[in-house]
Amino acid sequence: MGMTMSQKILAAHAGLKEVKAGQLINAKLDMVLGNDVTSPVAINVFEENGATAVFDNTKIAMIMDHFTPNKDIKAATLVKQTRTFADKYDIKNYMDVGMMGIEHALLPEKGLVGPGCLCIGADSHTCTYGALGAFSTGVGSTDMAAGMISGKAWFKVPSAIKFNIVGKPQGYISGKDVILHIIGEIGVDGALYKSMEFAGEGLQYLNIDDRLCIANMAIEAGAKNGIFPVDDITRAYCDGRYQGTPVEYTADEDAVYDAEYTVDLSTLRPTVAFPHLPENTKTVDEIGENEVKIDQCVIGSCTNGRISDLRAAADVFKGRKIAKGVRCIIIPGTQSIWLQAMHEGLFDIFVEAGAVVSTPTCGPCLGGHMGILAAGEKAISTTNRNFVGRMGHVDSEVYLASPAVAAASAVAGYITDPEKL
Amino acid sequence: MNAKGRVHKFGDNVDTDVIIPARYLNTASHKELAAHCMEDIDAQFVNKVQQGDIMVAEKNFGCGSSREHAPIAIKASGISCVIASTFARIFYRNSINIGLPILECDEAAREIQDGDTVSVDFNTGVITDETTGKTYQAEPFPEFIQNIISKGGLINSILD
Repeated sequence: MGMTMSQKILAAHAGLKEVKAGQLINAKLDMVLGNDVTSPVAINVFEENGATAVFDNTKIAMIMDHFTPNKDIKAATLVKQTRTFADKYDIKNYMDVGMMGIEHALLPEKGLVGPGCLCIGADSHTCTYGALGAFSTGVGSTDMAAGMISGKAWFKVPSAIKFNIVGKPQGYISGKDVILHIIGEIGVDGALYKSMEFAGEGLQYLNIDDRLCIANMAIEAGAKNGIFPVDDITRAYCDGRYQGTPVEYTADEDAVYDAEYTVDLSTLRPTVAFPHLPENTKTVDEIGENEVKIDQCVIGSCTNGRISDLRAAADVFKGRKIAKGVRCIIIPGTQSIWLQAMHEGLFDIFVEAGAVVSTPTCGPCLGGHMGILAAGEKAISTTNRNFVGRMGHVDSEVYLASPAVAAASAVAGYITDPEKL
Repeated sequence: MNAKGRVHKFGDNVDTDVIIPARYLNTASHKELAAHCMEDIDAQFVNKVQQGDIMVAEKNFGCGSSREHAPIAIKASGISCVIASTFARIFYRNSINIGLPILECDEAAREIQDGDTVSVDFNTGVITDETTGKTYQAEPFPEFIQNIISKGGLINSILD
């Protein structure tokens, strides 16, 4: 029986010729990631158990992004603990304010992950790197500690769902609309424990930022990982950037999938996920004018804080003003994206429209800082989760959308189709 | 190993943001995390929960963030076992790794009611609702995972 792309990467890293869905394996890791929230818990586990060495100081990344620049004394204390550990063990990829970015924007950009690598991260959106043809998945802090000690992790080999992407997207359709559409179809546990494998001729229309966005939200369908085949778009992004040796895996012709779906990009419409689950999707055509008035717009995060996202937002904001009463916060994902956006003149457009531009941080996505909602407030956001209380008060609401829809809604003051401005 | 306690019942898709809201993730203290356990889904939970109580929920329990703070908060709040129809995968492995007993059993998860007294035999996977007298059989853990549990968690199993 043939193997899926994900299974092939796992087999190679477990030193096995073949693996089957459901099999429990130990596999060698190419990268172990943690952030300022999860690393301290992993460090406590590491130290409490008497570990005295890391497996490879070049294969661990600690990215201070969730609450940084440190939002309060407790957060500063956690970052200090992590910094001290990183100094002690000479962790090469410890990145703090000035170097840091949102981890899942930063690791691909720095070339720390790439085709064929096996990565675990103590952050659920670690599945992002599947966009580059890597097997990458979120784990907890104890797994991170075990990975730092041994360079290995245990996996239950997943079965897979295949998504055949066909057609050419129209208008403002982006990766975010693709993944929100899929989650709306299969539900927040539609891919539970499984891989989401993307294929098809329509992939040629999805740039690397679209793919990173789609793979990023695989977890919102419960998936273990999301993965794209390696093609010229991947190679163009990774060549000269990826620090490892790229290995291109392809799914076997006779690989078996639990289910197959076809997604026709040409028929997709801009899609919004209503509170309080990413599966509660509606297209903009199903949302009435003035139906959902918003108080805040957030454009950023590991889902949509990349240069294509900022360009899409700027394209909508150019020559327009944000509606009175709407606060718009734009958060470039990394220092490099921040600089590029500035050089391209996007900041002029944002500020003239009435938005603010933040330093890179996860910030408001998880209700950390930099844009917390009060009771009764509503936000349209390019982030990935709209759970109860996610961006602040338990009685606030988050609506998930693409950068173009978020920007258009900030201008209108209510959720709207960019075409209608 | 056994557990017995009063049930705190929840529905589908209980996410880690309501189990432990991110505004409390600026600490790794188990005690502080436990003080806010389930706050955004049941603000009274921490006042009601007693040592040994059992949490029962329906599908996709623990979805969302990978924060290990979620199973840590539940365990430190006094909960002895979580029974659900299904668990989100990161929550599942985090629970195993930190030694919070969890059991998947759809029938039990749907039928057991809030406030029931339930006992669990971890060796056999038998769940008994002592309030109704009904018993349920949960899926046993694979040997690989039993080995992690028997060694007292993941770190012990790799340092062994």
